[in-house]
Amino acid sequence: MPSDTAAAQFAPSAGKVSWGWVNPWTIGTAVIAGLAILPVAAIVRIATAPGDGIWSHLASTVLPTYIFNTLVLMLGVGAGTILIGVASAWLVSTCRFPMQPMFEWAMLLPLAMPAYVIAYVYTDIFEFAGPVQDMLRSWFGWTSKRDYWFPEIRSLGGAISMMTLVLYPYVYLLSRAAFMEQSVGVLEASRVLGRGPWRSFFSVAFPMARPAVVIGVSLVMMETLNDFGTVDFFGVATFTLGIYDVWLNMNNVTGAAQLALTLLIFVIVLVLAERFARAKKRYYVSSAKYQPLPRYQLHGLRMWLSVMVCAAPVLLGFVLPVAVLGVYAWAHLDQFTSPDMLRFAGNSILLSTLAAGLAVAIGTFMAYGLRLRSEKLLKVIVRIASLGYAVPGSVLAVGVLVTLGALDNSIDGAMRRTFGISTGLLLSGTIVAVTYGYLVRFLALSFGSVEASLTKITPNMDGAAKSLGHGPLSTLRRIHIPMIKGGLLTAVILVFVDAMKELPLTVILRPFDFHTMATIVHEFASDEQIGEAAPAALAIVAFGILPVILLSMAIRRSRPGHKQG
Amino acid sequence: MSLNKNNKAQKTAIILLGIGAALIAATAPAEAREVNLYSERQPFLMKPLLDAFSKATGIKVRMVYLKKGMVERLRAEGANTPADLILTADIGNLHNLAKAGLLQKSSSLVLEANVPAKFHHPDGIWYGLTVRARVIFAHKDRVRPGEVMSYADLAKPHMKGRVCVRSGKHMYNISLLASIIAAEGEAAATQWAKGVKANLARRPQGNDRAQIKAVYHGECDVVLANTYYMGKMATNEKSPVQKKWAASANLIFPNQAGRGAHVNISGAGITKHSKNKAGAIKLIEFLSGNSAQKIYAEGNFEYPVKKGVALHPMVASWGSFKADQAYLSLIAEQRALAAKIMDRVRFNN
Repeated sequence: MPSDTAAAQFAPSAGKVSWGWVNPWTIGTAVIAGLAILPVAAIVRIATAPGDGIWSHLASTVLPTYIFNTLVLMLGVGAGTILIGVASAWLVSTCRFPMQPMFEWAMLLPLAMPAYVIAYVYTDIFEFAGPVQDMLRSWFGWTSKRDYWFPEIRSLGGAISMMTLVLYPYVYLLSRAAFMEQSVGVLEASRVLGRGPWRSFFSVAFPMARPAVVIGVSLVMMETLNDFGTVDFFGVATFTLGIYDVWLNMNNVTGAAQLALTLLIFVIVLVLAERFARAKKRYYVSSAKYQPLPRYQLHGLRMWLSVMVCAAPVLLGFVLPVAVLGVYAWAHLDQFTSPDMLRFAGNSILLSTLAAGLAVAIGTFMAYGLRLRSEKLLKVIVRIASLGYAVPGSVLAVGVLVTLGALDNSIDGAMRRTFGISTGLLLSGTIVAVTYGYLVRFLALSFGSVEASLTKITPNMDGAAKSLGHGPLSTLRRIHIPMIKGGLLTAVILVFVDAMKELPLTVILRPFDFHTMATIVHEFASDEQIGEAAPAALAIVAFGILPVILLSMAIRRSRPGHKQG
Repeated sequence: MSLNKNNKAQKTAIILLGIGAALIAATAPAEAREVNLYSERQPFLMKPLLDAFSKATGIKVRMVYLKKGMVERLRAEGANTPADLILTADIGNLHNLAKAGLLQKSSSLVLEANVPAKFHHPDGIWYGLTVRARVIFAHKDRVRPGEVMSYADLAKPHMKGRVCVRSGKHMYNISLLASIIAAEGEAAATQWAKGVKANLARRPQGNDRAQIKAVYHGECDVVLANTYYMGKMATNEKSPVQKKWAASANLIFPNQAGRGAHVNISGAGITKHSKNKAGAIKLIEFLSGNSAQKIYAEGNFEYPVKKGVALHPMVASWGSFKADQAYLSLIAEQRALAAKIMDRVRFNN
């Protein structure tokens, strides 16, 4: 095997694992990254095409508002998700309190809820015309809007709340995986050295989990930047809304691409800033001492507070909205049994499974390729490749359209010239195109979670495996994959559930007569028929939570040192 | 050992290729007698119409429903696009597709007869299929008769704190503002947008139905919405509360003493690289014919584009109205400017 020869030729450098440039991992990583970059490159090309200037108009009118709203939204959702996600992950992983085993998986439930759906539900409840304000008015005898103050649900604050409620599971999932991968040794050491649970958390556990938390929060922020449905419905003018406005209302795709790239550069700067701040700190699990974590038994006020901290997000982000959707769906029960619905659910599951399997396989390959040979250039390429997540879905879809259209048409042209036969469009408008779009978009999710887990494994492991004569593949299979199973399963859940909810790429890239649960919700919601959309929305949630629960249990079992059976 | 690895790799590769090939085969376009549609109108709306067409002609119709990115998809697919026909829910996209050179001319005697001249492109690049008006809904008691008669009234001081409207950037509101630019010029349109903004009871939000709901609940007195939502709400058996919302408001056709109410169309056009132009023309002819126009009118409370087709009784009960006669492409031409004016007056903020 080439990699084995390469391994023999290159002596390992101190602290770093290197197998030389020319090996299947490095080249494969570069090729895959290249494929993932193509749609983003297509957007760059659109952005640099001549077009009507848009910047002077925007700068003199709404650009400051876009920037302000977007920043506040990101900060708000970021802070909210860290607070809920890390706190609940810590409680659930290290404490014992009533219903704690249930919360382990229940905390994940809101993940299955699309943000715009929860936005519809809460608007119905909390708007002026909704039952809550109605009740207040009848209690206090208020008659008009001027008689009292009530927070406006369709607002920036409302958007922050909605997105926090459905996005915190990203942070929860990644922090929990990190807390569970931490060796009990360091935590015990901290306790033995006299640190209480709080100080152990802040001085040991949290810093060690920081890379994972950061990845979780950056996923949350990219999702936030990507959101169109919620901010559109709430009328919150964000940068993303501006991109669609310039594209569709001003019919200026060049300007829209420029705006999208600006957003992308902003995300890059943010990511770089965090990496710079974290500098060279690396935390490796240095002890192999794994045993069931000793849990803090909580009592009294602390116990009830912990139950509240965990229960509130689940109730608000999942139970209540599902109940309301259930009421809406009651009038449309026939939809659940229609054969079409089953077929569309099948499509959703097929696409999500394909996306989850492929994205995690590719993400692992890339993260490991980077670990084997962390060449600067390769690093940069891989980082760019996982940026698809930060491009608004519909804009990314245009990048995919352009990429595949160019490929298909050049193959067709070549075949016509040489053989006189037309191959037409081979990939455009097929499930392959949709899957490609998903992979470009979700690579950040899978790559991020896998990388977060891999960085916690000390390179000494790689060195030891190598000195025992194992090549990279065998080392990955026998050392790394068993150690990062939790991270891998996390990646599978994230991509699967996100793919179930995915809308813009599916809509724009799909074949004829092809529907998923999400496109059905979109179809009815776009005609303001929320009742008709409710059964499909519930189906997304139902198909989304099943794997979430199963995999969450699998993650628990996958903890290093966990005794099976 | 390395042989073993190779075998495994080969097997995996073969399986992957197989899956890929199967996926491509499963979704490859069949060249049978069929018309392929990119549609901005919802499948649930089009299905009865397309089923009736297939039954009458034996031509199968396949469709992709997409709201954003139709221009970009057609452009990227180029000469090999499988799409024969596009359907839009608004003049804006018809106009953009035509301007991008993605549609082709067509003509037929049937279409000439079915679609009035003002509702199709002079060269037959696009054809309108249904008409909807953007009108004012006013609370039955809180708004006196004659208090609101025109779009201009929404911007007058006596409406302060009483007006609700969805996002100024929604295509329906952009179209309305574009029609004001086309009729009265940029300065007057800017003044109007500023005036409406000053009268808003709440920041622009929600959808059209949400505005009428807000009238029912006393949050505002007058709102802008499209005609067909009134019909859909007033007959909503599955969500009967919407009937109450509809019953609380009067439908007022604006500008009846002036240039008429702003109307928009849903429409169709044949793609430049259609492989089945004859079938595509047949489908437009069918959609503009009596039976399909009746389905549109009854199923979606829209105004048929074809003269002589009966209206839904509820739509008929609103009475006849005078529509703005401006050619729709001229209005669509002003959309970008309308969007910029919305920015300048900070309509949504």
